[in-house]
Amino acid sequence: MDDKPITNDLCWKIGGPAGFGIASAGTVFATACMRAGLNAFVLSENPSLIRGGHNHVTVHVKERQVGSHLARTDVLVALDQQTMDNHVAKIVKGGGVIFDPDEVKTPEVHDVKLFNVPIKRLCQENGGLILRNTIAMGATAGLLDFEPRFLESVLKDNFAKKGDKVIDMNLNAFKAGYDYVKKEYPSGSGFVLSKRKPNDNVLVSGNAAVAFGAVSAGCTFMSAYPMTPATSVFETMASLAKDYGLVVRQAEDEIAAVNQAIGASFAGAISMTGTSGGGFCLMVEGLGLSMQSEMPVVIIESQRPGPATGMATRTAQGDLRFILHCSTDDSPRLVLTPGDMEECFSVTAKAFELTEKYQMPAVVMVDKFLSLSYATTPAFKGGDNKRYIMTDRDASKLKNYKRYDLTDCVSPRAVPGQKGGQHWASSYEHDEYGHESEDKTNKIRMSQKRFCKLDLAAKDVPQPKIHGHSKADMTIIGWGSTKGPIREAIALLEEKGVKVNHLHLNIISPFPEQAITKAIKDASKTIIVENNQSGQLAGIIKERTGLDVDYTLLKYDGRNFFPEEISGHIVKILER
Amino acid sequence: MEPKEYDSGQKPAWCAGCGNFMLVHAVRQALAELGKDPDKVVITSGIGCGSKLPHFIKTYGFESLHGRPLTVAMGVKLANRELTVMAISGDGDAYGIGGNHFIHTCRKNPDITYIVQNNSVYGLTKGQYSPTSPKGFVSPTSPDGSVEPPVNPMAWAITTGATYVARAWYMDPQQLKDMIKGAIEHHGFSLVDVLMPCLTFNKVYGIDWYKERVYKLYGHDPNDRVAAMEKAMEMDKLPTGLFYQEKRDVYGDELPKLNGPLYRQDVTRIDLTKAMKPLR
Repeated sequence: MDDKPITNDLCWKIGGPAGFGIASAGTVFATACMRAGLNAFVLSENPSLIRGGHNHVTVHVKERQVGSHLARTDVLVALDQQTMDNHVAKIVKGGGVIFDPDEVKTPEVHDVKLFNVPIKRLCQENGGLILRNTIAMGATAGLLDFEPRFLESVLKDNFAKKGDKVIDMNLNAFKAGYDYVKKEYPSGSGFVLSKRKPNDNVLVSGNAAVAFGAVSAGCTFMSAYPMTPATSVFETMASLAKDYGLVVRQAEDEIAAVNQAIGASFAGAISMTGTSGGGFCLMVEGLGLSMQSEMPVVIIESQRPGPATGMATRTAQGDLRFILHCSTDDSPRLVLTPGDMEECFSVTAKAFELTEKYQMPAVVMVDKFLSLSYATTPAFKGGDNKRYIMTDRDASKLKNYKRYDLTDCVSPRAVPGQKGGQHWASSYEHDEYGHESEDKTNKIRMSQKRFCKLDLAAKDVPQPKIHGHSKADMTIIGWGSTKGPIREAIALLEEKGVKVNHLHLNIISPFPEQAITKAIKDASKTIIVENNQSGQLAGIIKERTGLDVDYTLLKYDGRNFFPEEISGHIVKILER
Repeated sequence: MEPKEYDSGQKPAWCAGCGNFMLVHAVRQALAELGKDPDKVVITSGIGCGSKLPHFIKTYGFESLHGRPLTVAMGVKLANRELTVMAISGDGDAYGIGGNHFIHTCRKNPDITYIVQNNSVYGLTKGQYSPTSPKGFVSPTSPDGSVEPPVNPMAWAITTGATYVARAWYMDPQQLKDMIKGAIEHHGFSLVDVLMPCLTFNKVYGIDWYKERVYKLYGHDPNDRVAAMEKAMEMDKLPTGLFYQEKRDVYGDELPKLNGPLYRQDVTRIDLTKAMKPLR
């Protein structure tokens, strides 16, 4: 080795057909990095298939927290030819590729180190072809000079349920890969992972973080119907049900899911459902019911490309206008758009607080990129909540109870089972008692009651703040999952001496009009970055503030942004 | 309790002679005879003339969306199993737009009572044919007669897993009340399909047509599923009474006791330490 190795700054990628354990290799590797005191971000890309196709996962490792993956690859593990063909060109100068020359053709590349590892032979010697990813992990650790105990401990934990035989088989396979590269390539890859001080992090997916946010906010009921990429919110809730006293149920369809959640809410449970865009289409009437009956409910919507079935395992931010506007008549709703794992937790918890407080529906929008990526993030602690329904004692004192009392936009809410709180909820326009009414004045007043909730909520949520320099050459505006790639792009631009700042929106209804107006007026130039074709937020900003953003960077190929795409685009604009 | 104690004081706007007047009284009477605490009863409904019924009963009520009363009832029951939960809606609501929910609720067998006002017509939208209209039924949307064979609610309920399946003739108030009472007492999913012709929009299959055909089940063993199916398949005559009843695992009973209803769960100081452990 001529150059000093690069320490704790790595983009590692492994690829192969579905069934090779590609996705789990990513989380295993990232967990080991976390146990070594490092931070990691894991992105996996796979087609909507159970076997075959091209799967790959990228792990971006750093000492600081990581907001997203990068386009570049430092070390690639190519378990099949397609991985080699698709990704070898993205390996950086001085990077390397691990492959078995018996299975994958040697690529014609310059400035990339070739690490021939007889993966197939080592598998056969250690217990079978199922060990491919474990051997690859051993070779990776060896070439990165990464203390083997970190990966070994994760393998042990992961196979704990399968018994000692399976654990030993995997540890031996790991060692075989490790020893092989240590012997054949003693100078390593030029990239090193070196342990740091232990921290209090966890490796969590966006969907799991959403579920933890829900539980921390006191949610006790979820009914849902599986739909990629939202399903693992539901699965995480189901896994927590016993320990946290939750009722988690699979409904026969999304219509049942949302209306069961509304029924549970009527009975006083803090309640949620979750789906992707297609399922949300079926929930739209339920969304209206939640508003009309002033029944709290949180709906998690994890976006994927559409319309209709679209692309199940790919990503998009194309549902913003749909979620903001769907339903009959003017029907307000809260819309929250967390941007990273921490926000998946805290913003989801906020959605529960707001829906309970204001008695109106709240939608939390994520997308495949955020839902199914993993990142190391400080462990979530829990929550300390209060209830906004009446106490049994208060309800028992009620006389002539008007559930929809027009005195305020939020009326005191009793729930079934409480003595004295009897009332009627209705999907019809109704009077203060909840009985149907077609009276003109009543209709106006009830409509205004529903709308003023949003005004109240607006005063109750933090305004988004500019992140970074107050004076910058470019202000980037984004919402939801673009937060990570934008922040990583800013880091890349800083290295080049380009000054940019960022306005990230994690609540879009109520709309943060003032913060956006100020950001645009203060900026020297503005660019909006969105994972959709029409620039949906840009259009909404124009509609609400009359202001234009100067530039847009839009991507709608079913893939999320790479930080390099964002930084490169901004450099080009500023050079003009 | 007296039936009048369940009167909300709201006045129905049903057509004169509508079977719903009998039904609302039968529901009040059943609740009164069972001594049900009005604070602990929830009645959900869908959309239709009959779905306005919860407003006339002084309990907790939820007039939900067309086709969805069972889904809302399911959420209520799972959130608070101490409640008596009933759903009421018409045949279009139950067997048409809500058909998917109906068969899956039968299968899951939650402790919910479902009363279906079966008048074989869409009344509130003024007389179109419904899933239970006989083939050949002439209506504004089937001017040459409906070409669809009707749903058989009894057979549907028995085969998909309902554990209390009854049919009542609305002009027999004693039977109507008894069937509803039995359904509420039954632990599991119960269906009471109430034959209740629409006097305004269903002139062909009116009271006289039914009077010639309905009869009370006699010598029938409701625990015999095959016999119940035979009765369900009878078409020329219409048997009424309890067709089928069985004891089976009830959806939701397997849930841990918790601390009673979900609305009383303590949400202060939720500690995620245990949940974080596998993620480290």
